[in-house]
Amino acid sequence: MSTHQNNHQHDHHHDSHDHGSLKSYLTGFILSVILTAIPFWLVMGKVLPSASTTALVVLGLGAVQIVVHMVYFLHMNTRSEGGWSMLALIFTSTLVVITLAGSLWVMFHLNHNMMPPSSHEMRNLP
Amino acid sequence: MFENQPLQTLLLGRLSWDAIPFHEPILLGTFIMVALGGLAVFALITRFRLWGPLWRDWVTSIDHKRIGVMYMVLGIVMLLRGFADALMMRAQQAMSFGDNAGFLPPHHYDQVFTAHGVIMIFFVAMPIVTGLMNYIVPLQIGARDVAFPFLNNFSFWMTTFGAVLVMASLFVGEFARTGWLAYPPLSGILSSPDVGVDYYIWSLQIAGVGTLLSGVNLIATIVKMRAPGMGLMKMPVFTWTALCTNVLIVAAFPVLTAVLVLLSLDRYLGTNFFGNDLGGNPMMYVNMIWIWGHPEVYILILPCFGVYSEIVSTFCGKRLFGYTSMVYATVVITILSYLVWLHHFFTMGSGASVNSFFGITTMIISIPTGAKIFNWLFTMYRGRIRFEVPMLWTIGFMITFVIGGMTGVLLAVPPADFVLHNSLFLIAHFHNVIIGGVVFAAFAAINFWFPKAFGYKLDSFWGKCSFWFWFIGFYFAFMPLYVLGLMGVTRRLSHFDDPSLQIWFQIAAFGGFLIALGIASFLIQLVVSYQRREQLRDLTGDPWGARTLEWSTSSPPPDYNFAFTPVVFDNDAWADMKKHGYERPLSGFTDIHMPKNTSAGFIISAICALMGFALIWHMWPLAALSFVAMLVAVIKHTFNYHRDYYIPATEVAEVEAARTRQLNTLSPTHV
Amino acid sequence: MSNAHATPLAGVSRTSADYFVTEHHPENGTLLGFWLYLMSDCLVFACLFATYAVLGRSYAAGPSGADLFDLPLVALNTSLLLLSSITYGFAMLEMQKNRLNNTLGWLVLTGLLGAGFIGLELTEFAHLIAEGAGPQRSAFLSSFFTLVGTHGLHVSFGIVWLVVLMLQLKQHGFTEANRRRLQCLSMFWHFLDVVWIGVFSFVYLMGTLP
Repeated sequence: MSTHQNNHQHDHHHDSHDHGSLKSYLTGFILSVILTAIPFWLVMGKVLPSASTTALVVLGLGAVQIVVHMVYFLHMNTRSEGGWSMLALIFTSTLVVITLAGSLWVMFHLNHNMMPPSSHEMRNLP
Repeated sequence: MFENQPLQTLLLGRLSWDAIPFHEPILLGTFIMVALGGLAVFALITRFRLWGPLWRDWVTSIDHKRIGVMYMVLGIVMLLRGFADALMMRAQQAMSFGDNAGFLPPHHYDQVFTAHGVIMIFFVAMPIVTGLMNYIVPLQIGARDVAFPFLNNFSFWMTTFGAVLVMASLFVGEFARTGWLAYPPLSGILSSPDVGVDYYIWSLQIAGVGTLLSGVNLIATIVKMRAPGMGLMKMPVFTWTALCTNVLIVAAFPVLTAVLVLLSLDRYLGTNFFGNDLGGNPMMYVNMIWIWGHPEVYILILPCFGVYSEIVSTFCGKRLFGYTSMVYATVVITILSYLVWLHHFFTMGSGASVNSFFGITTMIISIPTGAKIFNWLFTMYRGRIRFEVPMLWTIGFMITFVIGGMTGVLLAVPPADFVLHNSLFLIAHFHNVIIGGVVFAAFAAINFWFPKAFGYKLDSFWGKCSFWFWFIGFYFAFMPLYVLGLMGVTRRLSHFDDPSLQIWFQIAAFGGFLIALGIASFLIQLVVSYQRREQLRDLTGDPWGARTLEWSTSSPPPDYNFAFTPVVFDNDAWADMKKHGYERPLSGFTDIHMPKNTSAGFIISAICALMGFALIWHMWPLAALSFVAMLVAVIKHTFNYHRDYYIPATEVAEVEAARTRQLNTLSPTHV
Repeated sequence: MSNAHATPLAGVSRTSADYFVTEHHPENGTLLGFWLYLMSDCLVFACLFATYAVLGRSYAAGPSGADLFDLPLVALNTSLLLLSSITYGFAMLEMQKNRLNNTLGWLVLTGLLGAGFIGLELTEFAHLIAEGAGPQRSAFLSSFFTLVGTHGLHVSFGIVWLVVLMLQLKQHGFTEANRRRLQCLSMFWHFLDVVWIGVFSFVYLMGTLP
């Protein structure tokens, strides 16, 4: 009976879980190497003149590489667990964005209003 | 203690005889009472030879029903402790004017209000809500247990040992004096070098792990283990609210964990997150703790909304009005609860643009709740209302929560909040919604589901006494606080100089006294009901004529819940079954696959608590040792591959036959 | 027992037998449950990233990222972790083919690469502390050490888990439970690499920029 259940559950397995293949792992790996090498090169080589552009490119490529990892290594797709994996990921990502962006926005304003004035500001008080 | 001081410090850290409050009469008296009471309980357990059954049937149980009951017991016991703190505060504030300093010096008063908040939120409300979800959800979805029964047991014991640490602080050392959220820099190592904040941190971290895992457990249960035919939009409303609540838990508690880790790093390792020097920023703590804190209050209230939905539809004899809008309202609340957190610190100085954004989102979030109230009212309209005790609590909730909600919308306006922040108006508001919402739901739920869990109803006379004392007592206790808040009185004060305020505090103290009678009535209700249990016996499994699947089982349900997994066609599955003249199958039973009991949850949690205690008192060797022991215990548990067994079909048949005989005593062809 | 009580509704007639099934095997929830736990871990890291974002430029007149970060070392570490992700992937492929020894081999490699990562990170930390740039020096360094250190702790736990799982594989082979455990560890391991992308991008690379 238990072997029956093993096989039974094993069949279910293949239906809902993507397992990847040698090709997909290697694709993901190569893409990740490229997406890692470029940011390191940009920063270590001081390639772009503007620091903020570099920062944006680094973050952007990082975001792309995260997606690459999700797809090729974590086998993220809309069918996994009946769509619940994707839903959980979207919900979590939304909250991560709110936490990061919200904290930065709030703290920036708080710091601006509440942190002690610089000596320059002190000298120029009315 | 030891002759060698360095050795003593190494082994015992900063623990010494000074930690025990020999010179504090109130604490000493409490300790003596607790010790005597504890000894009495131990003696009774020993005399009736209950240690074995206690260990086998309860402590090591992975049955969601047992675990649910244990959560409720924890919540009720801690309610008594939290309420004792409340009475002390009311008494102190009623008498401490001018020259009269009252009986609680600030050093103690500050611990009392901190402990009151921590206990009520983390060790009363959370366990009660978790206990209800644990007990009811698997039954409502037609499942035999939760997705991860062992984890369920572990979650319960982590929560309990968190409570144990808080209680230990009463007698060994002190508790925090920072308020229930422990803002730095007051909670930092410079301002609070003693053990109080450390007790706070470790009890919450331990309990928090339990809660988080419980969240994962219940989401997986609801997603994966629903009976065939029960699509999402056919789930009972309570299960929907449980799903959203557990999503909030999984999404919010990590934030609390992270923030408390940062605070403990500041305290233990001298990092600079929340201090004022070397780049720290205390405001970041306030920001992050409320990113957790606001979803937390929705974690508390959403299951309660589910409770009320079940009760209203049952006692009005009608399907709930507006099921779809109820579901959408719950989901919208879940998402919006992450967009309002700043309203807890409008006055911290983020400025007009930020404050306006959060003020608007706060007002928006009241709308779905309003929709729910209308749905309940429309369910009642033209229903055949039965004013049983759960329905009384529900009506009390509707009135009380609406008032509290309105004062919340008032506070959502930043300029108004600038005047009222941290005043007694705020205290009145959140007690209004928490007592009206959560506490009333707890009692409503207990009265409603008690017969399911224990096989007999609760005595309704004492239930009504409890309700009326609580309801009237609440208004006497908290309406004066609105008045005081509008007059400008600040929270957390233990002494006042303006004698014109005293009358309001005395009225509030009277309210507290009435609530005490309400709690006493509840305890009496438990005792009287037990004594009258044969008269109050429920043989049908469905004493209220209810509508969801848990009522299709016997009271109490068998260990396996359902001999055969039910198939669902419609909302209110049990009501649908009754309408179609459903009759229970009496044969054809098969072996039922069940999880085994385990001691691992209790043991690992106990070791965690020991580690927490060691870290609190800076007993580094013991802390390291218990950390290793915990890892070993966890790893050892993973080597256990034999975690299940089968209930043989013959035993299932016997249990079902016994139920058939029970039902036949009511009427020969009763289903 | 007859169904004399069954009153069919308009067009809908069901008997008692329609309302239950005799055999029901609920789907196993372990992989979903573990994914949900990973989502919660995501949020822990989100808080640590948020803290680093807010406090990451508070040098307290001490050293900055540009002063301290050894980018070639970080690049090496990143490669080790990325390689360990692919070796774990290969282990999973071997599991699908039911080849136990090959699976164990790739797992050993994964563990070694992970240990290498931790080792390098520990030397980096030791070096920083020796230079007076420990976590107590400034809010920037507190958040750096906490974020990177928490990631490192997770990797360390992953390595312990890996070793334990290898022992269990040798004991019981590819049972359903062990397959699930391998899949959970796989999710965990790749997730840590995802977090590391955030770390090297946001902390190291951006921290080096002015």
